[in-house]
Amino acid sequence: MTPENKQTLNTSGTSGTRLQFDWSWVSNNGGVIALIVILAFNVIVTPNFLNPQTLFVNISQVATIAIVAVGMTLVIATGGIDLSVGAVMALAGAMAPLIFTSPFAEANPQIGLVLSIVVPVLVALLCGAFNGFMVSYLNVQPIVATLIFFISGRGIALVLTNGNLQTFTNPEFSYLGTGKILGFPFQGYLVLLIAVVVWWVVNQTVFGRQLLAVGGNEKAARLSGVPVKRVKIGAYVICAGLSGMAGLIVVAINSASDAARIGNLMELDAIAAAVVGGALLQGGKAPIFGAILGAVIIQLVKYTLLANGVADEVALIAKAGIIVTAVYLQQARKE
Amino acid sequence: MTDLIEMSGICKAFAGVVALQDAQLHLKPGEVHAVIGQNGAGKSTLIKILTGVYRKDSGSVKINGSETGISTPREAQDAGIATIYQELSLVPLRSVTENVMMGYEPRTKLGLIDWQRAHLQAEKTLKRFGVDIDVRAQLGTYSTAIQQLVAIARAASMKAQVVIMDEATSSLDDQEIDILFRVVRELKKQGVAILYISHFLDELYQICDRVTIMRDGQTVGQHVVSETTKLGLISEMLGRDPEEIEAAGMTGLGGEKRNQPGEVLLEADEISTGHGLKDVTVSVRKGEIVGLGGLLGAGRTEVARALFGLDALRKGKITHRDGPDRISNPAHAIEAGIGFLTEDRKREGIIPHMSVRENMTLALLPRLRKFGGVDRKREQELVGSFICSLGIKTASMEQPIRELSGGNQQKVLLARWLALDPRLLILDEPTRGVDVGAKFEIQSIIRDYVEKGLGVLLISSEFEELVEGADRIVVLQDGHSVTELENPGVTEERLIAAIAHHYERGAA
Repeated sequence: MTPENKQTLNTSGTSGTRLQFDWSWVSNNGGVIALIVILAFNVIVTPNFLNPQTLFVNISQVATIAIVAVGMTLVIATGGIDLSVGAVMALAGAMAPLIFTSPFAEANPQIGLVLSIVVPVLVALLCGAFNGFMVSYLNVQPIVATLIFFISGRGIALVLTNGNLQTFTNPEFSYLGTGKILGFPFQGYLVLLIAVVVWWVVNQTVFGRQLLAVGGNEKAARLSGVPVKRVKIGAYVICAGLSGMAGLIVVAINSASDAARIGNLMELDAIAAAVVGGALLQGGKAPIFGAILGAVIIQLVKYTLLANGVADEVALIAKAGIIVTAVYLQQARKE
Repeated sequence: MTDLIEMSGICKAFAGVVALQDAQLHLKPGEVHAVIGQNGAGKSTLIKILTGVYRKDSGSVKINGSETGISTPREAQDAGIATIYQELSLVPLRSVTENVMMGYEPRTKLGLIDWQRAHLQAEKTLKRFGVDIDVRAQLGTYSTAIQQLVAIARAASMKAQVVIMDEATSSLDDQEIDILFRVVRELKKQGVAILYISHFLDELYQICDRVTIMRDGQTVGQHVVSETTKLGLISEMLGRDPEEIEAAGMTGLGGEKRNQPGEVLLEADEISTGHGLKDVTVSVRKGEIVGLGGLLGAGRTEVARALFGLDALRKGKITHRDGPDRISNPAHAIEAGIGFLTEDRKREGIIPHMSVRENMTLALLPRLRKFGGVDRKREQELVGSFICSLGIKTASMEQPIRELSGGNQQKVLLARWLALDPRLLILDEPTRGVDVGAKFEIQSIIRDYVEKGLGVLLISSEFEELVEGADRIVVLQDGHSVTELENPGVTEERLIAAIAHHYERGAA
């Protein structure tokens, strides 16, 4: 661990000198540079940063942002945006404990566990289908279409749980959030798996190519026989499904579900991560691993400020700063 | 009398492609002045330089005799130049008054908008043009014609010296056009000069005093309308000799029907759509090129759109050999073996971020599916072979298509369709905006494929291309197919005569 971080510290030194000379290099590698700078800063300033415990905390916290950011990247690639991700997380997260604490599940724990994962994700997928339908068939602007669940999704979750905090003890379910494989948190592996699968879908499948074509030039895509409507719905469905999964992880980490708080402001983190990762808001690009990088950067900034005693409110301002910088660099890249 | 507007020696190039070369325009106060020309002749570029949308490379623009440097639309407006676009630049959801008075609202002592006075003024302004409507209602509730008149009234109320009407009548019906013309005459009486851009020559004779003709970025003529003939105007627009046109026209149009070998691939019978097609009959057989001739706005692209399933049919029938009964979207059309190379390469053709490879295989993708993914190996082989056989100049198949020249982009798009091994290919202006060398290559590629049995429907504004390329040419006019010319025997003169002849018949 330690030598590796020393090395990154050194590279940050060299990139610092290049930073002044070659702007295009900076704008193309902004994410990586930012990550290196933050890591370097933490190694020097933050106490116990190189402690493995720090790494685990960050992995388990970044996982949900990263998973949602991957879905968001797909939606942004079509030229859309999904504001409902946080609410869908809350909805899925609120449903899971309801299912496995129900009398039926208590009697059949195995089936109950499966249902408590499958049903919330299915409901999330349905939310995505609704979003996609609104956008592609009814031509509602994505920001408005997804605003519907942004508002109502959390409302439904609160109604389902009567607005109560639900606590539970269910080790099997909690594995989603607290399990470890080879000492690393389970959701870290899950993020990697999702990223690899979605990357494959984007770069190797017909759907992926069509997704980028729709975002790149919708008219041309349609004239080339691309099923534009279906492709768009697909993007929203995947995004919502991933959000649902993220919601389950949050609940599993806390062994408690609070519909009012799960995924709160997640849409902003996810959009920020996607943009920092290099997604173009006008569509046509889906840098999946960029989104993961963006999520890591946002998480690390949050952590850095928190670990150094800066108030949460100030952390929000810092986040805004990252987004502004990322968008600025994106504009600069376009010449 | 000095000219109100004097544009001379205007040159303009876009990324090296010359759009205007020594173009002129002289506009007198109180006249209605038409600007005509084929597609790409430079009309709109010239107008956009006048209205500050584009900047001229060289030349001078004088208003009332003094040199001006208009460089933004706002400056043009302040100089008294108002433009009424085909797509209205008004706010349909706000009231008529707001639209007329926008930016110039009368204020009360408190600095708020004085609605009483605003409504009165708007009403007064409109009444001057014989438009008596409720100015408090939303603009969008009125017809396009009324909206257009509101736009004109707004221009007049802003004390415009020049009103530019770009294809103002294209979306109006006859009655509405009459109202518009009345307004134009009213404006004229007030000394306002009107620059009138239209593809409809008949309108010119009804309303215009003088006409400027443009061709290939140059001003080729300026006449008093009453001293011209339609034949003369057309011949100047197209750059042909009027006697030749007339002589060819006298020797009989249409030609006799001859039997053509090759089975019929597609037959469109008296089709009409909501987008300007009224009554078109056309068929394409295996191994032949059928041309669609006609002036801009005659309905050529609309035929292509209807055949490709983009516009729904209102009347008529399209029959495909071995195809489905009905094609209702491009994906269907592609399945039925039809390809459509669009005229607007940038907006409807290329996907700029994507590579040459990804652009070329976009339509073919569903057929390249293998184990859930795209069969990369086959894709690369295919793209490689097309790059080679069509002579596409690209650094590699991974180069973004936006970095290629126009001609090479067009070849990639042509390959997108040829890769599908289509039965019928619709080519809309396949060689527009490409250099001479690439143009010849593209034409030979098409010819090669036709010899192998491909059916082609060719739309082109270049008569040479149609006459030399097409086996038959269906001549369109105002959404009607009016005649059919058969090769051998078609000359450019005969084609132009067919177009011109029917024009005159249409006027009678």
